[in-house]
Amino acid sequence: MRDVICGVSLVLDSGRLVVTGRNGSGKSTLLRIIAGLVTPTAGEVVFTEDGAELSIDARRDALGLVAPDLTLYDELSAIENLRFFCRVRGLRKSDNELKSLLAGLGLRDREDDPIGSYSSGMRQRAKYAFALAHNPEVLLLDEPTANLDQSGIDAVDRVITEHRGIVIIATNEADELRYGDSVLELGA
Amino acid sequence: MLFKTLLGIWMSAVIVASFLFAPAAAGFKEPEAARIIFFHVPNAVVASIAFVVAMVYAIRYLKSRNLVDDAKSSISAELGLVFTVLATVTGSLFAHVQWGSWWNWDTREVAIVMLLLVYAAYFALRSATDGVERRARLSAVFAIVAVAPMVFLMFVMPRIMVSLHPADTLGRSDGLSAQYRMVLFPAMAGFVGLYVWLFRIKTAIAEYRIKIRRY
Amino acid sequence: MPTTLDQASTKTRKPRSVPGPMEMISRSLAVFRKDLTCEFRTRYAINAILLFAVTTLFAVSFSIGGVGLSPSVQASLLWLIIYFSALSGLSRSFVREEESHTASALRLSAAPGAVFGGKLIFNIVLLFMLELVIIPLFVGMMNLQVNGWPLFLAIMVSGSAGLAVASTVVAAVVSRANAKGALFAVLSFPILLPLLIVAISGTKAALSGAGFASGADDLKLLISYTGIMFVVSLILFRFVWED
Repeated sequence: MRDVICGVSLVLDSGRLVVTGRNGSGKSTLLRIIAGLVTPTAGEVVFTEDGAELSIDARRDALGLVAPDLTLYDELSAIENLRFFCRVRGLRKSDNELKSLLAGLGLRDREDDPIGSYSSGMRQRAKYAFALAHNPEVLLLDEPTANLDQSGIDAVDRVITEHRGIVIIATNEADELRYGDSVLELGA
Repeated sequence: MLFKTLLGIWMSAVIVASFLFAPAAAGFKEPEAARIIFFHVPNAVVASIAFVVAMVYAIRYLKSRNLVDDAKSSISAELGLVFTVLATVTGSLFAHVQWGSWWNWDTREVAIVMLLLVYAAYFALRSATDGVERRARLSAVFAIVAVAPMVFLMFVMPRIMVSLHPADTLGRSDGLSAQYRMVLFPAMAGFVGLYVWLFRIKTAIAEYRIKIRRY
Repeated sequence: MPTTLDQASTKTRKPRSVPGPMEMISRSLAVFRKDLTCEFRTRYAINAILLFAVTTLFAVSFSIGGVGLSPSVQASLLWLIIYFSALSGLSRSFVREEESHTASALRLSAAPGAVFGGKLIFNIVLLFMLELVIIPLFVGMMNLQVNGWPLFLAIMVSGSAGLAVASTVVAAVVSRANAKGALFAVLSFPILLPLLIVAISGTKAALSGAGFASGADDLKLLISYTGIMFVVSLILFRFVWED
């Protein structure tokens, strides 16, 4: 056992936070803890809305995560993946809504192909569709532009600047510090 | 230290009494061999108690997420495994003497085999899981899930299977002679004490290990 | 890329209420349909389970025929084939989520109850499909004389339901551990032993044809086993699923 992240204390209302730090400093782990995928050994993450704490179920719907180790279902097409993830959240979204989301990420031509046939850049775009499909208030982006070409990076720029809630970005690219209103450096 | 000394004296007295104080049981095929019940029955009782204790600490762990509870759960399972093996071996020996075969698949034999398999599976699961917290959580869940079929087996099996074991000897007034009672119940207390003693030693070790984070 | 992302960033008020039972069932069905689609596109579990069952049945039938076997031997063989085939496939739906790393996406989107429900329905369907193939084959190749069909079918259905419930929760545990293949058999056997004993005893009664009443006790036991395991699994599942 080893303490990876210690003494991180944050209150976020809105805006964009960039988390940086050398390899192994716990950027991804911090995002996974906020996403609820990892339970911290000590401390807690609290989401509130209008002063009331969100339930675990509501928390799930308030979050969208893009991360390198996140994988969608290879056997299903992009549109089938989105349909499934919406349905399992109890959301009834029309195919048109989902299709325009995919089109905005440049996946219009490939929306009916199984994710397994996608290149790594297209997978990254599909992850954005997964993270945005339920209109979450909080976006967690771990290495937001990994594997993306210039048009992909432009799409990510739009996602980040147009998002009206909280965006937390974990990155080591000096170029991506510009996304943040504030910067948190771990392990410094 | 005091507990250990008293326990040693107590167990010695039980062993002496089971051979010198209790008479050979006339109703048995080999009257002298009946003395094995002073060891067989307490072992089986402690094995069951250990199983229940493991489950209780498993539930407590899932509530508290305190690794000490996980350690206690696994320690109880570990001791339970030892007592289960002892109960199985002594039972099999006695079955050979009394019923003429080492193994008969009567209800309690099914139950003890299941207990053995559950304990073995529990440790297979623990050794196959990475991460202290995950290991604790998975094994706690397994310990609790395993209780359901165990209870099912204990209450339900006697209805559909015949047992060679005397079912209500301990409850019946004429079932066990006074001398046998006078040895058997202290023997049970002694074995439970033995379990508690071992449990406390191992728990103390585990607590230190958790404190220095080498658990 | 010309299209803007206003679709995604438009704020819509999401339902914040706790999902009711019907909603949970509908979400479970969504997980089930997803698993079924993935399964039909790869056919991993179906192939494993059916081939295992058919091969075992052929081996048994070839070596001991079927003539002159007592009902108790036939009932045991039938359940052993079902049990070991189930072991070869029922852990698949959980293990696949972990091995293909899709579990995180599922964890981020689905309530644990919906995941458990979906996987359970999937396993029940898989097991029933297996039995639709294996029972007619068994009747034919082993010269099985069933004297009480209603009891036989009732035992088969309730026994398989219990088998599916217990192996689903064990599969969930196993998928989070390391040595998944061997561990599934090791962990599920003690849990399933009482079920197998009762199911074999009930099947024996159905084969020898002593009437429905002769197996009624076994049937009640199977149903209560299934009920107990279902409740326990549902309560404990979130501890296995979360991290």
